[in-house]
Amino acid sequence: MHYLYIITIFAIFVSFISDREKTIKALKIAFKKLVKVLTPLLTMIIFVSLALTFVPDRIIYEYLADSSNNRFVAMTIAAFLGSITLMPGFIAFPLSGILLNKGVPYMVLSAFTTTLMMVGVLTAPLEKKYFGMKVTVIRNVISFGIAIIVALVTGVFFWEIF
Amino acid sequence: MRWTNGAKVIGLFAYIAFLIFSFVKGFDLGKQVGINFLTFSVSMAKILPCAFVLIGLFEVWVKKETVEKHFGQESGIRGYIWAILLGGTTVGGLYVSFPVAHSLYNKGAKLSVIFTYIGASAICRIPMTIYEASFMGVKFTAIRFLVSLPLVVLSSIALGAYLERRNYRM
Repeated sequence: MHYLYIITIFAIFVSFISDREKTIKALKIAFKKLVKVLTPLLTMIIFVSLALTFVPDRIIYEYLADSSNNRFVAMTIAAFLGSITLMPGFIAFPLSGILLNKGVPYMVLSAFTTTLMMVGVLTAPLEKKYFGMKVTVIRNVISFGIAIIVALVTGVFFWEIF
Repeated sequence: MRWTNGAKVIGLFAYIAFLIFSFVKGFDLGKQVGINFLTFSVSMAKILPCAFVLIGLFEVWVKKETVEKHFGQESGIRGYIWAILLGGTTVGGLYVSFPVAHSLYNKGAKLSVIFTYIGASAICRIPMTIYEASFMGVKFTAIRFLVSLPLVVLSSIALGAYLERRNYRM
């Protein structure tokens, strides 16, 4: 995280020495662009705050750790849970690690982590602002499909299918 | 559009009223929503200003021709490689990749490269990958990488071609 600050400050510094006006222009562009997306960002944060509360780690844990489910059913549930939640990696991977030790198949965890990263129902308000509704839907559907394929291949390689 | 704006304002007020009510009455689930709102806002506030400043600097310093050459129509396979490398070093999450993708597009990058970049920034950010492998094992991460990356590139090419035929503008 600190690298980001160091790089940014260094870049502003170098830019400022090279060309004052360009740098000020860059900062103005940055400010304008940030202001422009504040509304979708706020929408997204509100959705995330609600989702994290009403679909907390514990529920995800309970759903995925439930071994009575068929693993293909579990994989599908995991893919949906990953799509509708937004969780930083530093929570998601330790959670997956615990689930793995509990005996949850790799393919289920793969579906969960991949959709978590690629499919964003909660980031859709922001994505829509840049790409429009149609492209947002198409991209997310494709990503969901990719996540399912990845999960199935993972299942094959860990001998969980057949 | 008026109607949706009205709905948004009402939604926002309902949300704020819900938070105030929760804190005054000590409703735990509602308080948790407020805490989550703050935590997530802070983590974005730590990243987004830097990301946007870098985007601003990129827009004033990097020439259109340079982006066109490396990410544009003539870039060929190199465009995808650049997109994956750039995606792998992007910090944050999709909420950072979208504005970066938008800037690249305005500078002349082609759509399929843009979508590859977004996909790559979602699945192969380097620090996250190392973290993942340490919890899930190298084999798990390697499979995910080797299967998802080609699929991301192929689907991006298909989506890019489809949108270009339809004269899509970002």
